[in-house]
Amino acid sequence: MDTLVFLQHYWWFLIALLGAVLVFLLFVQGGQGLLPQLARSEAERTALLASLDHKWELTFTTLVVFGGAFFASFPLFYAVSFGGACYVWLALLLLFVMQAAAFGFRGREGSLYGRRTYDAVLAVGGTGSPFLLGTALGTLFTGAPFVVNRFGMARTDGDLFIARWTSPWHGLEALADYRNAALGLALVFLSRLLACHYFLSAVADPALRERARRRSLPAAALFLAAFGLFFAGVASAAGYGADPATGTVSLVEGKLLLNLRQMPLAAVLAAGGVAALAWGVAAGARGSRRALWASGAGSVATVLALLLAAGWNDTAYYPSLSDMQSSLTIRNSSSSRFTLRVMAVVSLLLPVVAGYVAYAWRAVARPPRPHDAA
Amino acid sequence: MITDIMQTVEWSRAQFALTAMYHWCFVPLTLGLLVLIAVMESVWYRTGDARWLRTTKFWMRLFGVNFAVGVATGLVLEFEFGTNWSNYSHFVGDIFGAPLAIEGIVAFFLETTFLAVMFFGWDRVSRGAHLTATWLTAVGAAVSALWILVANAWMQYPAGCTFDPEHVRFEMTSFTDVLFSPVAINKFTHTLLSSFALAAVFVTGVSAWYLLRGRERDMARRSIALAAAFGFAAAVLTATTGDRSGAVVARVQPMKLAAMEALYDGRTEAPLTVFGLLKPASRLAPGEKPYRFGFEVPGLLSAMSFRDTKAYVPGINDLLAGDAARGLLSAAEKMRRGREAVAVLARYRDARRAGDGAELARLGALFNPATPDGRAFLDEYFAYLGYGYLRSEQELVPCVPLVFYAFRVMVGVGVLLLLFFAAVWHLNRRDRLARHRWLLRTAVAAVPLTYLASQAGWVVAEVGRQPWAIQNLMPVRVGVTDVPPTSVGVTFGLFVVLFTLLLAAELCIMFRQIERGPDGPEKD
Repeated sequence: MDTLVFLQHYWWFLIALLGAVLVFLLFVQGGQGLLPQLARSEAERTALLASLDHKWELTFTTLVVFGGAFFASFPLFYAVSFGGACYVWLALLLLFVMQAAAFGFRGREGSLYGRRTYDAVLAVGGTGSPFLLGTALGTLFTGAPFVVNRFGMARTDGDLFIARWTSPWHGLEALADYRNAALGLALVFLSRLLACHYFLSAVADPALRERARRRSLPAAALFLAAFGLFFAGVASAAGYGADPATGTVSLVEGKLLLNLRQMPLAAVLAAGGVAALAWGVAAGARGSRRALWASGAGSVATVLALLLAAGWNDTAYYPSLSDMQSSLTIRNSSSSRFTLRVMAVVSLLLPVVAGYVAYAWRAVARPPRPHDAA
Repeated sequence: MITDIMQTVEWSRAQFALTAMYHWCFVPLTLGLLVLIAVMESVWYRTGDARWLRTTKFWMRLFGVNFAVGVATGLVLEFEFGTNWSNYSHFVGDIFGAPLAIEGIVAFFLETTFLAVMFFGWDRVSRGAHLTATWLTAVGAAVSALWILVANAWMQYPAGCTFDPEHVRFEMTSFTDVLFSPVAINKFTHTLLSSFALAAVFVTGVSAWYLLRGRERDMARRSIALAAAFGFAAAVLTATTGDRSGAVVARVQPMKLAAMEALYDGRTEAPLTVFGLLKPASRLAPGEKPYRFGFEVPGLLSAMSFRDTKAYVPGINDLLAGDAARGLLSAAEKMRRGREAVAVLARYRDARRAGDGAELARLGALFNPATPDGRAFLDEYFAYLGYGYLRSEQELVPCVPLVFYAFRVMVGVGVLLLLFFAAVWHLNRRDRLARHRWLLRTAVAAVPLTYLASQAGWVVAEVGRQPWAIQNLMPVRVGVTDVPPTSVGVTFGLFVVLFTLLLAAELCIMFRQIERGPDGPEKD
């Protein structure tokens, strides 16, 4: 395989992995969204939020790295999607900013707006963020209305834009496609399911744990329904394939399923992910503290497999609904070989990062050691 | 159409400036306070003195208030490159995106991960592990700053890259040239050190407030002893790196230097204006001094710019009109060459569409720096690409009064900080600081003043390089996203409201935490 092609595939893998981890870390948002249902007193609410404290930064960091990695490895996607669907992305950013403030300020003396305001922000952000993110991710499978003109800047005046969004709704039109909305809802309920499992592992109060256990099953059922709708809609529709020799994009019937068939490892990953998720749901229903391990790993594996199927195997990962040949593939939208190689070297640090994140997670989850208490 | 684009550009600039300035309300304190906290904790670790632990925890609490919104506004900044500057993102994403991604992978995770240990690990990990976590958080924050500043420096001085006509974008050719460009090194050191100085002022100011009220005398004196020494060293080094930055700006951004000094007509033995009240540029007669009154140091601008008191420093008019004798191209000539570069790009596009392989090869060779024709075209024409998009020479002149005054605020406060830290440290060491209440009040007032100076530094750096998004290669007008101006106006309004509400909340919490002192509750 040509070095550039390998690096393009490698970086799509990393983007997919970061996206999958980001989806898993949305359990923080799911937890926020569940607060009104799970907590019956201020003390319970505070206990649940304390368990999420300093986990939200990991979600933020992963989102930043996801965005930065996309910018660096597939800058044309960054330019087209973030510029074109700017209403959706800006709404998502606003929600994240408010959530950060709520986590940082809630309960502090002098925080001006009162606990209820911060709680409302957390509740809205807890539902809105996964929904918007899911809707945006849905367009990787369903497409978006844009036209790319790389040579837009080959003139000195007038329209110099390299990408033009053909809908005045700038991203909100994605909601008109039921599949995008279904994926948005699927992420909302998945985040809540994962949050229930997280609370089972992180909260000591038996009453809270019992409520989390009970809430996990409806969340799992709703997730399954929404995700099933999305998957059925995407799998039954034609996808966008790209000719590796010419780069020409054309419609291919059942492209998603075809990709899974032609990439057995991705299919195995997807199947394993679904099985692990199902295992996690069952374990969560029994109130197991270890449910999050299975459901978390399952959700990461499933999302990773789906995103690999969206970008690998000569697939247009961001189809254009306005001009099929403007569709983005990992080949026509990536950075140069040099840049991808430099970043690939840096990416070798990712296992180290994962290692110290795991260390910190465990260290903070430990019970206090009185002899070291300062 | 043009009007719409210009409005979108102005709104987008306003939105980015707003986000960056709010972000910068939080970042320098994070960078500097973390180091001070790490030093305090190190002293506690070595001495076991519980008073240092108490001091460490107090400043850590204030740091915690500051951190969250800093992270959030940083997130917005990153994504605004895409939402508001999509042409830019495509044009330079191959280079600019890499530092951002590396920042995330290498630094951001380090910072946020060990931050959790720093806050929640006191009674969960050993003292050594906790101290390590605190230092790693500080290192993570500094390394995070390194990468974003490298990216910013590249916009001021695009190095280590070539242009790929096939993809119509710049591509990185040397990572080390990008990382170690003189602008990048100076920008990082200057910004980091000035942040250290700001944090030192913050610690000194808050401690001075306690001394004014006769409270927490031990903690305040301890904090001042450390912060004043740290701040003095940081201020000295900030001045040194600032001097180097000025010399680099003189070479790579002469128009910015001319705007910083309101130097309209170039001269040898150029003086540095310490202070001046500017006259309107439109009413200046040729050769007339640009300010009503002022104080100049002869030859100092030449010396600081070119290390020679007799060196020639070009002014705004020289940079516009050109001066063949001094090797200065006129703006009109640069614009002509820029338009020619754009025309070559258009011919490449046409040849590509027509499938004309011979013409494609011929034009493609012009972008190859390894060939003589390519080197000549890239140096003599393509280096002025951005000028081709300008409509008037006057677009090349940044807002002189803003840059001129901002520069003086930054430098003036910086110089005063040297005296301030020296005086505070000396008096505190002799335990006479509490008697000089005017100095304690000055210390409190120095906190907002230093924030103002820090913001002014960015105004000089960013307003001073207008109209460029990327120096000489892309004006801001070309980098913008195709979005209606009203949309950006609305989001600008939303961000104004949101950021202001958040800043107000943060300040209230910070003031309350300070008022309650180290023994007050962190939360209700």
